[in-house]
Amino acid sequence: MKRIYADNAATTPLSPTALEAMLPYFREQFGNPSSFYREGQLAKSAMEEARIKIASCIGADYKQITFTSGGSEADNQAHITAAALGRSQGQMHIISTAFEHHAILHPLKALEKEGFRVTLLDVHENGIVDVAELEEAIGEDTCLVSVMFANNEIGTIQPIAEIGAVCRKHGVLFHTDAVQAVGHLEIDVERMCIDMLSASAHKFHGPKGSGFLYARKGIRLRPLIAGGAQEKSKRAGTENVAGIVGMAAALTESNARMCEQNKHIAACRDALIAGLETIEHCALNGDREQRLPSNVSFCFEGIEGESLLLLLDDKGICASSGSACTSGSLDPSHVLMAIGRVHDVAHGSLRLTLGEDITKEEVDYIVQAVKEVVERLRSFSPVWRDLCTGKAKHLL
Amino acid sequence: MALYSEKVMDHFRNPRNLGVIEDADGVGEVGNAKCGDIMKMYLKIEDDTIQDVKFETFGCASAIASSSMATELIKGQPVSKAMELTNQAVAEALDGLPDYKLHCSVLAEEAIKSALEDYESKKNKTE
Repeated sequence: MKRIYADNAATTPLSPTALEAMLPYFREQFGNPSSFYREGQLAKSAMEEARIKIASCIGADYKQITFTSGGSEADNQAHITAAALGRSQGQMHIISTAFEHHAILHPLKALEKEGFRVTLLDVHENGIVDVAELEEAIGEDTCLVSVMFANNEIGTIQPIAEIGAVCRKHGVLFHTDAVQAVGHLEIDVERMCIDMLSASAHKFHGPKGSGFLYARKGIRLRPLIAGGAQEKSKRAGTENVAGIVGMAAALTESNARMCEQNKHIAACRDALIAGLETIEHCALNGDREQRLPSNVSFCFEGIEGESLLLLLDDKGICASSGSACTSGSLDPSHVLMAIGRVHDVAHGSLRLTLGEDITKEEVDYIVQAVKEVVERLRSFSPVWRDLCTGKAKHLL
Repeated sequence: MALYSEKVMDHFRNPRNLGVIEDADGVGEVGNAKCGDIMKMYLKIEDDTIQDVKFETFGCASAIASSSMATELIKGQPVSKAMELTNQAVAEALDGLPDYKLHCSVLAEEAIKSALEDYESKKNKTE
């Protein structure tokens, strides 16, 4: 059976161009960039070329890019840096949102224990931060605003340029977790007034284990890993040269194709949304317009997400869900809770994130498969029976 | 390494004893939608023996498989034997469940017991 990979927000396949670019750095060009002889210097220049390419993709200067192991590390480093700066100036307040990735929320929990006050902004039913509310939350003691560029579960795109302008106006550092956006949306850190930005290569057809943190000139990053002087002492450890080269190749390629591909993906996304909406008692999660071209997220009443995923897997479809059983905890996804979905409904969630090679035929196949699986699970769901017999009230 | 055993997947894909018994002698429902699992069991009992059993489940694959296996284990058994069903027996019959899914087998045990208690209380009322 042909498989349809519709979980591109989880990870993406490595681009053949990126793989080709990487291969020499596993073999003949295996040198350590810190070495003085030719092999080492070749690796170093490959890495520095990659830095320039990456910087140009987000409108930054190459000196402002620090390589990390991925998005989570970059998020942690950004927050720890801003918190250290804040503490040194007696500013102990951080503003973020209720639906950030755990790589933001967990460090914030730790900072709260260290005495920081954390405000998590409401993201409303449409999954979008209100800039006026954000501005109101900024106080004299605010040292950081951290708002994700686009949400990983429901795909909503935040008003980043407006948020950046507000933060700049108040002289507050602005970090954005742009893991779902880099390589998929146009980003200009200067124009958008972004002070720090996190990215992960494997979300844009680069290799896993490679990411970067952009930090505006003047922000001195605090190292999370102490040791050698790599990355100007901001990240010790021998660099992942092949990973860095692959990341640059993948990002250059993704950025070049972005415009054209987004049109196609968004058209498929809209067809998929329209098809799934013909299923009764379901709802699209997140704003219809301000969303990633690839993201489709739904809640279906009366069914549970893990069962849905496993039956879709049997039909050759790779998808994800925010149900408790798939989140590894008793609660369903904090993102769905943040947009006001109650537990009963959040358990029946489905996320499909499309890749560039998705076809209209595949969209039709997915719609048909989801219809069949939802119908099957509802046929023996006591929750659905209660809804149909009027014992319980429909929420969707 | 798969998430679930072949047996769990088999009972999930092809649940045994799925459905409703309209004139059931005992009905039990446990769990809640908030936690993501609800099981409902229907029993038909004659001569203190479980003649028929059906179930409906809202939940993950292991919840569906656990309910299915629990019905298989008690079908045709005397009520006294069915009362002794344990979650371990359900989990073992499924060739094991991941640790964090063991509560699904507990729920299956509770659903059977709840239906049996319903049967007993109805019986006591009519006697």
